[in-house]
Amino acid sequence: MPKPEILDVQGQAVHGALNRLGISGISDVRQGKHFELEVDDAIDDETLHKVAGELLANPVIEDWVVTRA
Amino acid sequence: MTRVGVITFPGTLDDGDAARAVRRSGAEAVALWHADHDLQGVEAVVVPGGFSYGDYLRAGAIASMAPIMRSVVDAARGGMPVLGICNGFQILCEAGLLPGALLRNAGLHFVCRDQRLRVETVATPWTSGFAAGDEIVVPVKNIDGRYHADAATLEQLEAENRVVFRYVGGNPNGSLNDIAGISSADGRVVGLMPHPEHAIDALTGPSTDGLGLFISLLGAVAAA
Repeated sequence: MPKPEILDVQGQAVHGALNRLGISGISDVRQGKHFELEVDDAIDDETLHKVAGELLANPVIEDWVVTRA
Repeated sequence: MTRVGVITFPGTLDDGDAARAVRRSGAEAVALWHADHDLQGVEAVVVPGGFSYGDYLRAGAIASMAPIMRSVVDAARGGMPVLGICNGFQILCEAGLLPGALLRNAGLHFVCRDQRLRVETVATPWTSGFAAGDEIVVPVKNIDGRYHADAATLEQLEAENRVVFRYVGGNPNGSLNDIAGISSADGRVVGLMPHPEHAIDALTGPSTDGLGLFISLLGAVAAA
């Protein structure tokens, strides 16, 4: 996800479109990315964070969370 | 003759014009391929614009991991001049050679126009032939051109005179501090979003101002 201090112009555009749907009560939209990885049991969370920080996300502008399904 | 490498990735668009600008300045343009490691003995490298790897993941992200970029990063850390234009600037940021990142334009539009820039520093091999404060007009054409860095990084860039080009007469994309281009701490690596390689001939560009970057390089290499 874009860091909180990043101006997310795509999220703002989506928010504008939501208003045109006539739905009120949604005060903000932030747009990010979601990756699904099929991994061996041997891959630990530390490795997944390394994958996220070195390729999937850009730590200059994005935060990330790793979850297991 | 000075040999200047021009990299081609899948999806690069402006390697032809970059090579032409190199030749017009009086140097030899050497084609470098993304999948190779060999820099072929070049004395400088241009990373040109386009949409490398379709801009998948993030603009420049996948190209920054290409084999040729590993060699460019090593050479740049040793002081070799590198110029990243547009997608090339994004690649150099993703590769860690330049700080910050380029975000989607504030207006969400692809901006394509002739753009006035101020040359803020001549302490780089790519601007040494200019005078500080010179204004140039070159095309800008991108959708991910909004420069962003955290407040501490911005302060450092300004304090160390590393903002190389600044937008004049209107900021096209919401870049912080009107930044169009920056340099590495040693000044050897420069990245900018606008396209000097498209402004080297009155027949096809808005000016010939862009040639100044390539002529600057020749002077800097000769003086080294």
